[in-house]
Amino acid sequence: MRSPEFDGPAAALRDARRELEICNACRYCEGFCAVFPAMMRRRTFGDGDIAYLANLCHDCKGCFHACQYAPPHPFGVNLPQTLSTVRRATYEQYAWPAPLAALFHRNGVVVCAIAALGIALGLIVTLVLAGADVMTLPRSGPGSFYAVIPWGVMVGLAGTASVFVAIALSAGAVRFWRDTGGGTAVSAQPVGRAVREVLTLRYLGGGHDGADGCNDTGESFSQTRRVFHHVLFYGFALCFAATCVAAFEDHFLGLVAPYPALSAPVLLGLCGGIGMLAGSAGLIWIKVITDPAPTAKAVLGADYALLGLLAAIAANGLLLLALRESAAMGVLLAIHLGLVLAFFVLVPYSKMVHGLYRSLALLRNAIESRNPQEEA
Amino acid sequence: MIDFSYPFDVLVIGGGNAAVSAAITARLAGASVLLLEHAPRHFRGGNSRHTRNFRCMHEGPLGVLTGAYSEEEYWEDLLRVTAGKTDERLARVAIRGSYESFGFMVRAGVKFQPALSGTLSLSRTNAFFLGGGKALMNTLYAYAERLGVAIAYDTEATALHLAAGTVEAADITSQGFPFTVRARAVVVASGGFQANLPWLTAAWGPAAENFLIRGTPYAQGTILKNLMGQGVATVGDPTQGHAVAIDARAPKFDGGIATRLDCVPFSIVVNRDAQRFYDEGEDIWPKRYAIWGRLVAQQPDQIAYAVLDAAAEELFMPSIFPAYRAASVGDLARALGLDPAALGATVDAYNAAVRPGAFLPTSIDDGCRTEGFTPPKTHWARPIVTPPFIGYPLRPGITFTYLALKVDDRANVLLDGDRPTRNLWAAGEVMAGNILGQGYTAGVGMAIGTVFGRIAGEEAARHALA
Repeated sequence: MRSPEFDGPAAALRDARRELEICNACRYCEGFCAVFPAMMRRRTFGDGDIAYLANLCHDCKGCFHACQYAPPHPFGVNLPQTLSTVRRATYEQYAWPAPLAALFHRNGVVVCAIAALGIALGLIVTLVLAGADVMTLPRSGPGSFYAVIPWGVMVGLAGTASVFVAIALSAGAVRFWRDTGGGTAVSAQPVGRAVREVLTLRYLGGGHDGADGCNDTGESFSQTRRVFHHVLFYGFALCFAATCVAAFEDHFLGLVAPYPALSAPVLLGLCGGIGMLAGSAGLIWIKVITDPAPTAKAVLGADYALLGLLAAIAANGLLLLALRESAAMGVLLAIHLGLVLAFFVLVPYSKMVHGLYRSLALLRNAIESRNPQEEA
Repeated sequence: MIDFSYPFDVLVIGGGNAAVSAAITARLAGASVLLLEHAPRHFRGGNSRHTRNFRCMHEGPLGVLTGAYSEEEYWEDLLRVTAGKTDERLARVAIRGSYESFGFMVRAGVKFQPALSGTLSLSRTNAFFLGGGKALMNTLYAYAERLGVAIAYDTEATALHLAAGTVEAADITSQGFPFTVRARAVVVASGGFQANLPWLTAAWGPAAENFLIRGTPYAQGTILKNLMGQGVATVGDPTQGHAVAIDARAPKFDGGIATRLDCVPFSIVVNRDAQRFYDEGEDIWPKRYAIWGRLVAQQPDQIAYAVLDAAAEELFMPSIFPAYRAASVGDLARALGLDPAALGATVDAYNAAVRPGAFLPTSIDDGCRTEGFTPPKTHWARPIVTPPFIGYPLRPGITFTYLALKVDDRANVLLDGDRPTRNLWAAGEVMAGNILGQGYTAGVGMAIGTVFGRIAGEEAARHALA
């Protein structure tokens, strides 16, 4: 009957507003997640309200499967699909600098292309700086990584990328916060609640006490998606921790990579890499087998591309660990650093930004539900 | 595809809560069960897919239910809403059984939630399904499937062959193809006839053409009518149904809960001629909710208009349809298709009759009323003066019909003269009229459906396996 996800952001907003007004007159889904109580605190839905609700939605699909107005009912309420479409549009809307918002068009292709560029850059930089032998000669011992790509180049690239990403994300955050209602009086209690809800993925668990989880693949409930997301998230966190510990050991203790198998950076990276690989593979698997009715096909490219990139980084990192004393080390390291660089540059321009806006939406929800009078 | 030539132990006709509860219970008792759902899978569940709670007796806190709700209190509530048009023996079976039904639902995997906001008055008496009735039906169907109940969607039973009180076969149409099914026992749980427009017109006259049907379009009453032609006893007024006033712009069928309008107590309600016809402030909403369907049905063209002003706008649940708005009462009348002079005169007369008082929007202790005015508005009467002026059109929306198959307290369908049938049981809306002769209160239909569904399933399985 309709395909809001292909009709552009304005159509998605119109459809979201129409569906939210139906939901707000029904309210049967009140118990599912934070979106419904937040919706009920409003009678009308401005564009900022819809951006907020779209990013508060965790795409658990519980409301779709419970909906008496879901297609083929003439009302055609499909909130997970519509909000996914709006959510994607908000990533574009809040992207900074504005010209780069275009990266969200065909984002799956963009992510793949930038990942490929990253690999190419890694290999070319290595070739130029270290010469062709580095790709074929086995090396080992402290400093062998930096023989392939000098420490200064590594740190220089990572540092520049980090500063740029931090600025881009902050700009997006400020604009999202302003559009969804603004406000600066943020106290510890709602921040604590939002952080807890981010770290526990409360709303992928059903959002209420004794809940059985979400409709990951169809009408039945499960915690599978939440578990895989946790494995991916905390795997990523361990890898990040591995990098930080390594930087600390290098900078302050004078211990130079590669580190021994039983050292903290290696163990953290090993566990994290396995987690990232398992988590991203699991999330891809759920996307493949899930009931397609409440999904927005237009966002799938971006989803698959990011999960694929994370899986590739993890697989490559594990391979690098296994083969770091062989002749393959040079190539693997160059690819690894190229992929990691591509990933960081893509944080503001890929599905990764969902973490930022979801967290801010959870913070706004924690503030609102604590003090409903605050709202205009 | 199901082999319809297989002689199932129990045939269940219908696909709502009562039908699936009967099928699950019969299957748990060891019977092979075939369930026929007229609707396609997407619209399965009859009117249960539009429900949200069931009324449950309990002696102390039970799951999401607070306090206690005794058999006597439940019975008194039922007696009051039906004005005595009930069968006490059957009513008490439903009331007592509702307690065990809660456990039955929990075992089936049904999830409950505390009473929805705006329905806190029901937190003691009614257990709310998490996500509402469609989520309930998803869970019950999944459980029935796991147990091995054979479920045929898009399959309507068109006739039962009843001879000497025994159902010998059923004619069915499955995905457009006719079959004849034989089963040792049959449970009819196929709902009322509220979606059968010719039957409604025969019962109400041409006015019925302006009624909206709030629930499933599959409640055709086919088997009810078929059995009435074969000497089966009925109870309940064959011309009456439960109706509420809903937004006139709602779809003909299946508009469900979202098309209701809660604005009546804070409005004046006028008919096609812009005249008031009943006290809008008679009693607390939703207690008086149900009478407005009948009231609007009695007006010319079965249409009415709630008229209010900006001061009242945020006192009720938002509607899915936008309100008509205008800067003046005259413009609002034109937008609604009413005579501006007549609506202006009605609003002026009302405003002049309003007496000041304490405005308590959620309490019957409200002191705002009219004086020397017919019909009066006895509560929540405030002058309609603040633009923009707001209007909503109202039509009667039918929830269910009262005509029912007569049953005994074991859900056994009775023939004329109260002789029992041998292998035919009934549950749900098709027999609820035994208990609900008129009126309604939240969650009673689902209680009757679950309790008698389970009894019918148990009895049918016992008969089939004997």
